[in-house]
Amino acid sequence: MQAEHVHPGQRPRQVYLFGTCLVDLFFPEAGVDTVSLLEREGVKVIYPKDQTCCGQPAYNSGYHDEARTVARQQVRLFPGDAPVVVPSGSCASMMKHHYLDLFRGEPDFAEVEALSRRVYELTEFLVRVLDVRLNDLGAPEKVAIHTACHARREMGVAGDADALVDQLANVERVGFTRQTECCGFGGTFAVKHGPISAAMVSEKVDCIEAAAPDRLVGGDCGCLMNIGGHMRHRGSPVKVQHIASLLWERTDG
Amino acid sequence: MSRSRENILRRLRDSRETGAAVGRDFTVIEDLQWSGDEAVARFTGLMRAVNTEVHETTREAWPAKLAELCAAKQVTRLALAADTPVGQAARSVLLDTSVETVAYSRDIEDWREELFFQVDAGLSTAAGGIVETGSLFLLTGPDEPRLLSLVPPIHFVVLSRADFANTLLEMLRRHGLAAGMPTNVLLISGPSKTADIEQTLVYGVHGPRQLVVLLTD
Amino acid sequence: MDKPTRQFHVRIQEALNDPQIRANFRRAMDGLMTKRANMFPDPDELERLRDLGAAVRRNALAQLPELLERLEAKCAENGITVHWAESVDEANRIVLDICRRHSAKSVIKGKSMVSEEMELNHYLGEFGIEALEADLGEYIVQLAGQLPSHIVMPAIHMNTRQIAELFAEKLEGVGYIEDAEELTKVAREILRHKFFDADVGVSGVNFAVAETGSLVLIENEGNGRLTTTAPPVHVAVTGIEKVVENLADVTPLLSLLPRSATGQNVTTYVNMISGPRRDGERDGPQEVHLLLLDNGRTRTHADPELRQTLQCIRCSACMNHCPVYARIGGHAYGTVYPGPIGEILMPQILGCEEVGALPGASSLCGACGEVCPVRIPIPKMLVRLRKEAVDNTGASPVKGGGAQRSFSEAATWKGWEKVHASPALYRLATRTATAMGGLPALGPLKTWASVREVPKPAAKTLHQRLEERGNSR
Repeated sequence: MQAEHVHPGQRPRQVYLFGTCLVDLFFPEAGVDTVSLLEREGVKVIYPKDQTCCGQPAYNSGYHDEARTVARQQVRLFPGDAPVVVPSGSCASMMKHHYLDLFRGEPDFAEVEALSRRVYELTEFLVRVLDVRLNDLGAPEKVAIHTACHARREMGVAGDADALVDQLANVERVGFTRQTECCGFGGTFAVKHGPISAAMVSEKVDCIEAAAPDRLVGGDCGCLMNIGGHMRHRGSPVKVQHIASLLWERTDG
Repeated sequence: MSRSRENILRRLRDSRETGAAVGRDFTVIEDLQWSGDEAVARFTGLMRAVNTEVHETTREAWPAKLAELCAAKQVTRLALAADTPVGQAARSVLLDTSVETVAYSRDIEDWREELFFQVDAGLSTAAGGIVETGSLFLLTGPDEPRLLSLVPPIHFVVLSRADFANTLLEMLRRHGLAAGMPTNVLLISGPSKTADIEQTLVYGVHGPRQLVVLLTD
Repeated sequence: MDKPTRQFHVRIQEALNDPQIRANFRRAMDGLMTKRANMFPDPDELERLRDLGAAVRRNALAQLPELLERLEAKCAENGITVHWAESVDEANRIVLDICRRHSAKSVIKGKSMVSEEMELNHYLGEFGIEALEADLGEYIVQLAGQLPSHIVMPAIHMNTRQIAELFAEKLEGVGYIEDAEELTKVAREILRHKFFDADVGVSGVNFAVAETGSLVLIENEGNGRLTTTAPPVHVAVTGIEKVVENLADVTPLLSLLPRSATGQNVTTYVNMISGPRRDGERDGPQEVHLLLLDNGRTRTHADPELRQTLQCIRCSACMNHCPVYARIGGHAYGTVYPGPIGEILMPQILGCEEVGALPGASSLCGACGEVCPVRIPIPKMLVRLRKEAVDNTGASPVKGGGAQRSFSEAATWKGWEKVHASPALYRLATRTATAMGGLPALGPLKTWASVREVPKPAAKTLHQRLEERGNSR
């Protein structure tokens, strides 16, 4: 499910970064590494400091007025037509697709729609707009990739993460069973239906551990907190990281 | 009765947005085409994959084949349609054999017990075969009663390759059925089966346990 | 948490703790997903077929009142009597009435989820009419006194051993035989006599064709054909949404449904009925009735977005692919329709007071919407129903809208809104969290913390680091 992008094949001079609230509070290094990756390609990155959250938690819980109030604030932070890059498939999808439902019939719908057309998930931006070339300076290792459900099914970017990791000459990308099944995060689902979520993440970790990667990366911090949190709970040695951090770490001279 | 009808229809009409018709493009189905040997191979392959017995034969040879199969399957009573070419040919070839043919030319009420519990096999004619899914296409009616292909535990069917259609859509159009349907139109694609007990495949639940197709030219 | 929701959580926990439920459903769903994938090898063709299937269903719903009238007129021409029922009570009375007019003592049932909505068997039983399920899976759950746990394979939660025990216990003269083939033979023999003796056959309808006044039924066992051919009276029950405009419209749905459901090219039998026994015909029922049931569907139809729920062709692909359903099984939902379709349909039929919590039992992974052959945007519908469940404005189009709204949750989201709508307040809150170095594992976080390390706020937020770096504006 991919909407049209307004910058295919072009190289924008600058982009906005929508960092996401989870990156802001728990994985800021993923945000910093995202900026480093973009700047290295000659793209200026602007981080509007008034940004907070895309509104997805309230939206998914059915509190749409509250979600809309917060979402509306975010929309106003990205004037002009520079792309908005988001290091999260679910937040990107919220802004690209679900905002259209949230703002249907609202006076500012046109503005929201215009914004939605220039929202990109990070890996798709790196691959399809910037066509990055990665020079791997790291030691050999095995890396598994977890693609979030929204990244896979709503943004259609599973292939982009794979393509980026495949460029790393010393990295072996390993697959695992039930790779496309949900990890059980689902935002508030993990808390509202803890037992089902626990069953899901437990089986997800079983599948990943069976593939014996050195590192697990992904484009969504919610999933990484979920899977990584359970791996730590089990005492697993697998390192868990945002894909931006893997890419920067291995290619930064 | 009418009050509910009026209430339901009124509520549907009151829907804030009434819709215009939505166009349907059937190309994706119309594009499905198989010819000659490919069609036969696909049809028989699909049938055999679900335990249907398919015997490729000819318009002249099928009655003898039927007699042979009846003997092999120990069929002693075979129900058939008396007034169809297939029924007549079968009656003729089985005349001097140990297979008793029973014409389905009485109302079911008159011989239900017999059909349900004393007939080993039924023989019918297929109006066509659908290549896409490996299905027999049967038009029932006064000549070919509905229970003939359903009640006896073995179902023999005669089908000519000349009556193949690529898809059900093609078949429905060919027979002009949109203008008027017989009481019962049937697709049969194998013997009766179920996987309801722990996903174990079992053949012969309520419909025939064996489906035997005599595929002629 | 209200009582129905509490009970829902209890059932979920019971299912999660039951190794047989976990194993049976995991194995069955894995098998079904693989089978379906094998039957759609060409992704382009699949998408085009889904487009056509969706168009057929949307067209039918867009013209629903006209098509129902056309269907009724054509059926009447064909000799099929059409009845309309707004509620399940009314529907049950109509069926009872038909049974009484024929002094019926026994009814044989083909598979019908609508008849489960009606609780028809129970209703007829109260009037001394035996209604026996003939579909093997339905027969098994009927013997066990249970609801089906899957809309296509009703007894999927049971093992052969349990079924053998059930037969030995409930069926006179039947010993313990732990063999699927033998058990099937036993059921076949018993039911054969029931078909033979039944006064009335009740079936469902997969599709009703307005153009020709025809009822299309699909099945593998043959009980549907027997139910609709052997007894002297046939009653077909269906929801009003099952109509399609033209005979041709049935073909893409027949191409999609069996492959989406069980990975079959086609079901063993496709049965198209256009009337009772005609002059000169030797068998078939003397009377055919079609019962059109509303039971909340007109209300759903009134909302253009929620109307999409009615596109459903009851294939079960959604539940086969659902990671939640695979782990809790069908009974945990506690409703006639389980899984993703159940979660969007049941609140609209039964109301948000009873089952408003159902749409919350989903991580919104989207696997269901990805495989729905008629493109129902199920995840979107789940979010919509969550909204309706907490919408206390009085303007919710859904029955019992707002019933799931709790003061504490509403206050939480109001608080969330306040913080996140104010950049200054947000930055203060996040900096406080980083200064505290952690979040207390209280309340909702306790559930998280029982199986996962609780994430620690970073030493500096991204806001702070990008401020330092010079990217902030």
